[in-house]
Amino acid sequence: MKIRIELPFHLRNLAQTGREVEVEVAAPVSLERVLDALEERYPVLRGNIRNHHDKKRRELVRFFACEEDISNDDPSLELPAAVQAGKEPLIILGAIAGG
Amino acid sequence: MPSVRVLVGTRKGAFIFHSDEERKRWDIQGPLFGGWEIYHMKGSPLNPNRIYASQSGGWFGQVVQRSDDGGETWEAVSNEFLYDEGPKEHKYYDGSSKPWKFVRVWHFEPSIHDPETVYAGVEDAAIFVSRDGGKSWKELAALRNFGTGQEWAPGAGGLCLHTILQDPRNPDRLFVAISSVGAFRTDDGGRTWKTITKGLHSDYLPDPDAEGGHCVHNMALHPSRPDVLFMQKHWDVMRTDNAGDLWYEISNNLPTDFGFPIAVHAHEPDTIYVVPITSDALHYPPEGKLRVYRSRNGGQHWEALGNGLPQENCYVNVLRDAMAVDQLESCGIYFGTTGGHVFVSPDGGDTWQAIAENLPSVLSVEVQTLP
Repeated sequence: MKIRIELPFHLRNLAQTGREVEVEVAAPVSLERVLDALEERYPVLRGNIRNHHDKKRRELVRFFACEEDISNDDPSLELPAAVQAGKEPLIILGAIAGG
Repeated sequence: MPSVRVLVGTRKGAFIFHSDEERKRWDIQGPLFGGWEIYHMKGSPLNPNRIYASQSGGWFGQVVQRSDDGGETWEAVSNEFLYDEGPKEHKYYDGSSKPWKFVRVWHFEPSIHDPETVYAGVEDAAIFVSRDGGKSWKELAALRNFGTGQEWAPGAGGLCLHTILQDPRNPDRLFVAISSVGAFRTDDGGRTWKTITKGLHSDYLPDPDAEGGHCVHNMALHPSRPDVLFMQKHWDVMRTDNAGDLWYEISNNLPTDFGFPIAVHAHEPDTIYVVPITSDALHYPPEGKLRVYRSRNGGQHWEALGNGLPQENCYVNVLRDAMAVDQLESCGIYFGTTGGHVFVSPDGGDTWQAIAENLPSVLSVEVQTLP
């Protein structure tokens, strides 16, 4: 399945790509499998979304899908059907931090 | 005709300045990696077109950038810094212990012996080495392992290894410094380390002469005399004549001996430079006058150099990696400020001019002298 991913400014610059990218992910489509596919396609993003060693989300990176914050969900759970169908993107963003 | 390339890391990107031997007119390239903190950029002395840049940020962590064409194009290499065997935890401010966690690269030191080898000083404090131009990193873990690592605690800037010096006579000898911890030397390529803090005295420690806990801010050496090291400590400017076995104070007539960077003239091993800062509570120059101090006799006497520098209402700081020297016949001295200035003196400190005035806060300045 083609999964749409929206990248924040700094990550799209790192990956030298546009705001949105697509990756092919076989079912079951979970957050961790989408991120695996994203890092496979853009190795420069390794370590900048998740830690290298334990694959934990970096503290100030968030994941939104279908207007829900799924950042703290189990990353092995299936993503919403609209994301799996390519109707909605998985949004990766930097958390608001500062003042 | 020789030229210079100045590598400037700032809080919001990198800038590269080019000039000829005169160092009067400057071309500016940048910002590179806009919006990211560039803690340090440094070129290989053996292959000047190879430059490493430490690109980092609180949101997305570390990127290691490498250029093989003098900064025209860049390629991200490995940012995987995995701690090897060693202490699992270090001390924290509140006396508790915290797991070691990689935060960022503070300093790259390309080898003077092998063009593919580069060292990285990182936070939480450790030294890593790459022998393939940054494609993979391995910790020289004995530094944390040999005795005191579990007792190290961060200073206000973090638990950072920020200084790495090489001995041109001996590829196996390295010196490193860590804030709030001290200084160390290896004579066998990192397999074993020795604490080199004898002679340091720090009144902010319960035992001012303790072996550990000294907040070393920066160290420098001249390649023709690598047993002589100069150190800017949290307070005190220090010198050793025996590769760190014993230090003695050379602050002498400095107006204050607090500061961050220290540098050595390219052709005069006894000519050294510091930027005195009022105090650890007041991180700006005394009297609002930005002055570099130069000693031409190894620290016995210091003279103020302010010709061309702001001499009123100047309240900036100069950070530990933000001063460098070029190798031209008339040695150039460079430094950057937290106010976004970059200054150059093409005559060893006698006169200064700004080559940039409104950059983001400057974190690091390095200079390459090109044939």
